[in-house]
Amino acid sequence: MAFAHHHLLGIAGLTPPEITALLDLAEDAVDISRQVEKKKVILKGRTQINLFFEASTRTQSSFELAGKRLGADVMNMSVKNSSVSKGETLLDTATTLNAMHPDILVVRHNAAGAPQLLARKVGCSVINAGDGAHEHPTQALLDALTIRRHKGTLEGLVVAICGDILHSRVARSNILLLTAMGAEVRLVAPSTLLPDSVEAMGVKCFRDMRKGLDGADVVMMLRLQLERMNGAFVPSIREYFHFYGLDEEKLKYAREDAIVMHPGPMNRGVEIDSSVADSGRSVIHEQVEMGVAVRMAIIELLAKNSLEAQPVEQD
Amino acid sequence: MKMPERQKAPFALTNVKLLDPSTGLDEPGAILIEDGKVKAIGATVASQLSSDILRVDGAGKIAAPGLVDMHVTTGEPGAEHRETLKSASQAAAAGGVTTMACMPDTDPVIDDIALVDFIKRRARDTAKVHVHPYAAMTRGLKGKEMTEIGLMIEAGAVALSNGRKAITNAQIMRRVMSYARDFDALIVHHPEDPDLVGNGVMNLGETSTRLGLAGIPAEAETIMVARDVRLAQLTGCRYHASQISCAESLDIIRRAKDKGLAVTCGVSINHLTLNENDIGLYRTFYKMSPPLRSEAERQAMIEGVADGTIDVIVSAHDPQDVDTKRHPFAECADGAVGLETMLPAAMRMIHSGQLTMMQAIKALSTTPAQLLGLDAGSLKPGMPADIIIFDPDLPWVMDRDMLQSRSKNTAFHKAQLSGKVLQTYVEGQLVHHYDPR
Repeated sequence: MAFAHHHLLGIAGLTPPEITALLDLAEDAVDISRQVEKKKVILKGRTQINLFFEASTRTQSSFELAGKRLGADVMNMSVKNSSVSKGETLLDTATTLNAMHPDILVVRHNAAGAPQLLARKVGCSVINAGDGAHEHPTQALLDALTIRRHKGTLEGLVVAICGDILHSRVARSNILLLTAMGAEVRLVAPSTLLPDSVEAMGVKCFRDMRKGLDGADVVMMLRLQLERMNGAFVPSIREYFHFYGLDEEKLKYAREDAIVMHPGPMNRGVEIDSSVADSGRSVIHEQVEMGVAVRMAIIELLAKNSLEAQPVEQD
Repeated sequence: MKMPERQKAPFALTNVKLLDPSTGLDEPGAILIEDGKVKAIGATVASQLSSDILRVDGAGKIAAPGLVDMHVTTGEPGAEHRETLKSASQAAAAGGVTTMACMPDTDPVIDDIALVDFIKRRARDTAKVHVHPYAAMTRGLKGKEMTEIGLMIEAGAVALSNGRKAITNAQIMRRVMSYARDFDALIVHHPEDPDLVGNGVMNLGETSTRLGLAGIPAEAETIMVARDVRLAQLTGCRYHASQISCAESLDIIRRAKDKGLAVTCGVSINHLTLNENDIGLYRTFYKMSPPLRSEAERQAMIEGVADGTIDVIVSAHDPQDVDTKRHPFAECADGAVGLETMLPAAMRMIHSGQLTMMQAIKALSTTPAQLLGLDAGSLKPGMPADIIIFDPDLPWVMDRDMLQSRSKNTAFHKAQLSGKVLQTYVEGQLVHHYDPR
């Protein structure tokens, strides 16, 4: 299969055929995960390091499981505080890790571009597990896989992404992937939570959630972090929920067969009503399952590509 | 080139193309230098030289006043591993800068007469070019208490600055301006509202959205420029916006000048020759304050220099090392070195026909010298012989390993440039010499 990448740093740079091929491979991985015997030996003897500068339970365990199911040795490194405060630069960390000869480095960092920086300095494949407000490519891929399994295709679908777009790497990766695959992407948020000039990415913005959801096939909710409520970006939780929280009444504007998604962890009663989150239209748990599958697919592809080692930049 | 280390006897730079914005002189000729000063200049000087005078053949290249850089940051005192006055002056000499005004944001901050004196003494003992310290306007650059402005000006501070921090409290700014006026001290302010900057790290727009980086709106600058202009009007002080980056700031400055206010502004060479797209995928050497803006804003800056609204071009030389630059974009320090590339980079606008050589040298030398009240920026007889010999066409490829500066954070690594300083003289002494062969 043609997937000529050494790293997965973002959805930007992937072509629609590459995305399709990745999703196809992930379908196989779904089957493996549903077997009693879940272990493959493709990555036997390979080392995967999960380097998380930001706390994350589900993404880190998803990557860990994906690596292990492929037969790799997986090590988790959680660097709680930013490396800067410890006096060691990110690149010092990278050089140290590089000396341990990992084959796959999974990186999450609070700063946009951190995985790009690392990828230039290490010899192994780097997977971006979320960098600041930039990208979270495996989340977009697992979302796409989930949607495709329900709707059969991505092309022509109307996807409404709702909530804190401004700070969301999930939103950016999803915008890039879905628009590339021919879906119509709508963003629903108050102006304080919409990034500047985001329409240039090929999306339509709605401040009125009912209009934004009108006729949508997919409703994707985003998490609103606590520190961004209470007067900083929105006045209060109750005002936010009133206008932008997904409840059954607002969901009626979407298509009858619309699915509801959330990257997790959810703030029930802030961006989503429990009755919707737990309803039959919610595919939130399936997203978690697809997460392991797409991560297995991407790790497998990059491991195959990394047989020819890449040169490391010296400066 | 035969030129003694310490040139005492008179000598002449012959066969040069004279260029002096202070007099409008633009013709082939020669310069006679005696006792470190310009003795005579013009087309007829060469024919009147007595035969025993040493002649340095300029091979038809440009002879212009040495550049006066109003915005240089060094690491002395406090961060000598990034840059000392000595290393900065070597970089300056290589770039044709014969006078540099040094920013007060060092460690400790230059907010006391003893520190003004320290910089002057260190420069006298170690630097190859003229060095003039700025004095901090507020203690520790905290924007709260006024420093001993009068005493520091008397001790030799060239002007007042609050470094890379703006004074946000308008009342404090008003008092500083009002008091500075009594000493005719120039206020050089960085007009960027830190509240509107917030956690912004680059220009606000599609690029910042795509990169997932927090953006800085133009209004962070324009609101501060507008406020400062009104306070300058209220207090009657001489005000200089150290670096502007937005077309709307130009409108404000233009209106202030039309009113006759003593308001001027500068732009960095970076904002004239680079734009936000140069950041690419998080290249930290392009992170600056103010941020690199859009191409349209860059074009507006060039027009601003051409029409005279922008008075001064600065290098905004800001040495940063691995410890401050090799981080993710949002976490790294602002700034790039620029002393050695300022003039070659400026040549891009001259080669593209957007600026004349005369306009460029005026903004790089004559006007900043006038604003700072220095005997520089002119080749008139009697002026110090701070002179550059410059080949405007010599092609070369920049490499950061060529830099004299201790820090290599250049925004022009691997850039193709046309134009290079061949000789730099400070008070008639050769401080830099480049032989293209």
